[in-house]
Amino acid sequence: MSAAAATHVTLSGVHPLQLVIVGHVDHGKSTFVGRLLHETGALPESKVQQIRAVSERRGQRMEWAFLLDAFQAERDQGITIDVSRIPFKTHKRQYVIIDAPGHKEFLKNMVTGAADAEAAFLMIDAKEGLQEQSRRHAYLLSLMGTHQVAVLVTKMDLIDFDHQKFAEIERDIRAYLRELGLTPRAVVPIAAQGEDAANIVRRASNMLWYTGPTVIELLDQLEPRPQNDQLPFRMPVQDIYRFDERRIIAGRVETGRVAVGDTVIFSPSGKSAKVRSVEAWNTDRLPQSGSAGQCVGFTLDQQIFVERGEVASHEQDAPILSNVFRGNIFWFSHKPLRVGHTLKLKLATAEHMVTVQSVDEVIDTENLGGTGRQEVLRSEVAKVTLRARGLMALDEAVRSPLTGRFVLVDDFRIVGGGTISMEGYPNQRDLITVRSTNITASETQVDRDARWKRNGHKGAVLWMTGLSGAGKSTIAREAEKVLFLKGYNVYVLDGDNVRGGLNANLGFSPEDRAENIRRVGEVAALFADAGIICLASFISPYASDRERARKAAGDAYHEVFVRADLEVCEERDPKGLYKRARAGEIADFTGISAPYEAPQAPELDINTAQLTIDEGVALLVNYVESHIRFT
Amino acid sequence: MNDLDYLEAEGIYIFREAFNRLNNIAMLWSLGKDSNVMLWLARKAFFGHVPFPVVHVDTEKKFPEMIEFRDVKAKEWGLNLITGFCPPTEAMDPTLPPAARSAARKTAGLKALTDQYQWTGIFAGIRRDEQAVRAKERFFSPRGETSEWDFRDQPPEFWGQFNTDFPPGTHLRIHPLLSWTEIDIWRYIQRENIPVISLYFSQGGKRYRSLGDQDITFPVDSEASTIEEIIEELTTTTVSERAGRAMDHEQEDAFERLRRAGYM
Repeated sequence: MSAAAATHVTLSGVHPLQLVIVGHVDHGKSTFVGRLLHETGALPESKVQQIRAVSERRGQRMEWAFLLDAFQAERDQGITIDVSRIPFKTHKRQYVIIDAPGHKEFLKNMVTGAADAEAAFLMIDAKEGLQEQSRRHAYLLSLMGTHQVAVLVTKMDLIDFDHQKFAEIERDIRAYLRELGLTPRAVVPIAAQGEDAANIVRRASNMLWYTGPTVIELLDQLEPRPQNDQLPFRMPVQDIYRFDERRIIAGRVETGRVAVGDTVIFSPSGKSAKVRSVEAWNTDRLPQSGSAGQCVGFTLDQQIFVERGEVASHEQDAPILSNVFRGNIFWFSHKPLRVGHTLKLKLATAEHMVTVQSVDEVIDTENLGGTGRQEVLRSEVAKVTLRARGLMALDEAVRSPLTGRFVLVDDFRIVGGGTISMEGYPNQRDLITVRSTNITASETQVDRDARWKRNGHKGAVLWMTGLSGAGKSTIAREAEKVLFLKGYNVYVLDGDNVRGGLNANLGFSPEDRAENIRRVGEVAALFADAGIICLASFISPYASDRERARKAAGDAYHEVFVRADLEVCEERDPKGLYKRARAGEIADFTGISAPYEAPQAPELDINTAQLTIDEGVALLVNYVESHIRFT
Repeated sequence: MNDLDYLEAEGIYIFREAFNRLNNIAMLWSLGKDSNVMLWLARKAFFGHVPFPVVHVDTEKKFPEMIEFRDVKAKEWGLNLITGFCPPTEAMDPTLPPAARSAARKTAGLKALTDQYQWTGIFAGIRRDEQAVRAKERFFSPRGETSEWDFRDQPPEFWGQFNTDFPPGTHLRIHPLLSWTEIDIWRYIQRENIPVISLYFSQGGKRYRSLGDQDITFPVDSEASTIEEIIEELTTTTVSERAGRAMDHEQEDAFERLRRAGYM
């Protein structure tokens, strides 16, 4: 019988460590967990007898997996369909062991088990070595942020406890994990099914070459998840209660800390107020603060309208505002995910409809390269760009994991999840913040129509967007000359005349590029108002920035897409910029290391890969003559 | 936060989430230790209020202590109490073993009430450690039109995101106590001073660990007559909690069949 390593533990009051067991189907997960519980004396004798009886009735040897595979179908087929969670304890502390299914079919159940775990054991069958699901599960662990991973090589008895074969598996898995940025705590050779369980509680006499920890020793070396109260304060609003006189904003503090008297700002609305009280029931004294992990409710010193889904934070270190981001996702719908697919995104308590703008890379977990495919199939992981109509309050997962992740809902089901990266996209909070508050627009005595009529044409912003090298400025300069000769008031705005003066203080980070475009959009709108046809020639890669320019100029805005493929532009490379970007000398270069969001419905489309410069200029001039001139 | 704070926060979050997302909900109140803890969590979540009805499905075979407790506390705590009764055993699936058949009456009683009140969600105080099939449950567990549980295709549930979008005709079982263990329940009862029925405490060397119908629930040998003694007993016992529940032991899959059909 077993050595009772841990029958009694004083209740420490510490939350049990959540440990998930993952790996390929039939690599011995459920058997291991059953045996671990038995070896440590955690099973009531009645349960052991029950499993023994079920095994006997089925004419099988003692099958430890029956302990967890509670469904009839699981026992019949010898597979785990859904997650089990088992409380368990050692001398040191308590655990919850999460037994996750390995079968590809049940990936969503595996994620259900693993997503919240603080540590993971990846099981690999000594006889089969690293399999597709071993790699996929390892990848998912890194994606879900389970940074504490150990590997158990199971069924060592089936390879006669061979050190050589074990060493090969160890080398393979360490190399793969290294590429994911994971270092395993240990790689332990074990045997769980035979007469003597090896290296679980007791060291195996037939594997004296192994000097690392036993499973029990390994368990007690794992570290609990660090508290999140050192991160910036975030409380997604869950609900607003008005059961009596108080108006209570309820939610869970995901990270950081909030105290009575703090000024909090709600995103994306931008409203702010002071915390008047933190409310609670059945307590002598009301708490003065709330911190990470607690479900709280507070009242404010002002009656501001706040809704579920907004994120409360301090004004310093508030969440990012954006209508677009990059997601590292896992996908488990039967329906492939494609560009243009619109679905519901849940981010903390907020819900947004998002559209897949691009599928940037479907990961081949076999070699961690891209597959080159444009659709994400069931059970795959991928990098995608998602866009919403309005602004979302979010964080990057690397900085604030709890508010930097989301799930996707389609057709009434959760079909995937992922983490957020803002790589290449600006924080739009800076652009919508109104800095001047005491401005009154002065009434003009000369109206726009009067100016336009005297010129014989309307004022206009011809916003020319496209990749570097597509031909924007060349066409703009040529068209400016032609239009001027035809009697139009026309002027070109481009990097050359705004970067030197108006925007001399801006660099080329995503934020600065967005600000550059914002200012140009405002200036171009003033030009149009003054009766001038303004040809604004800017790469302007973000649709949101162009939308802002459109808003500034109103009906005078006309978007001109100067279109050429990246390969064509790179070949032209008039300023040698692509070469430098490829060499890594220029960061955030559109098309290479930063995204370009092509216009969806431009007023005019000039394809310079097919047209000559003259033909492009003619198209633009024709457009002006038919749309902007008074007839 | 200690472990009980953590469990409490999880339960409160689930209550608030269900209350916000679902429009017609109710809570089962079986009057046992678990459902009293669940009721307590609801009052914490909503600052002393219970903004939905509490439902007691009466098999008419309950202990008199339970009915008395129910009527006194419902009044004292200002609860909106709904009670319902169950159809006779003869009306149940005859292929089930006898105790399971008797237990199935409760499912039928609950279903009748659900049909009457059109609840889209029902809170139930089940825990993963009670029984291996329950260990596979979700916090928000959808049921079809006939209240059956499709355990082969449960929705994913992670990062505190629950399945709250569903086609018409679905209703949810919501389980705020899923992560708790039997000891957690007693430690929390002790910490919060939550009232419980006297049958849990030893009288003449026996006490109930789990309360159900009188005819299919049996007391276990125990000298534990205070909460402290119960906790002490639970840290060393090798007898499983539901040992006194006859229906769990009749057939290998009796309990699974009950749950699939909608049993709590």
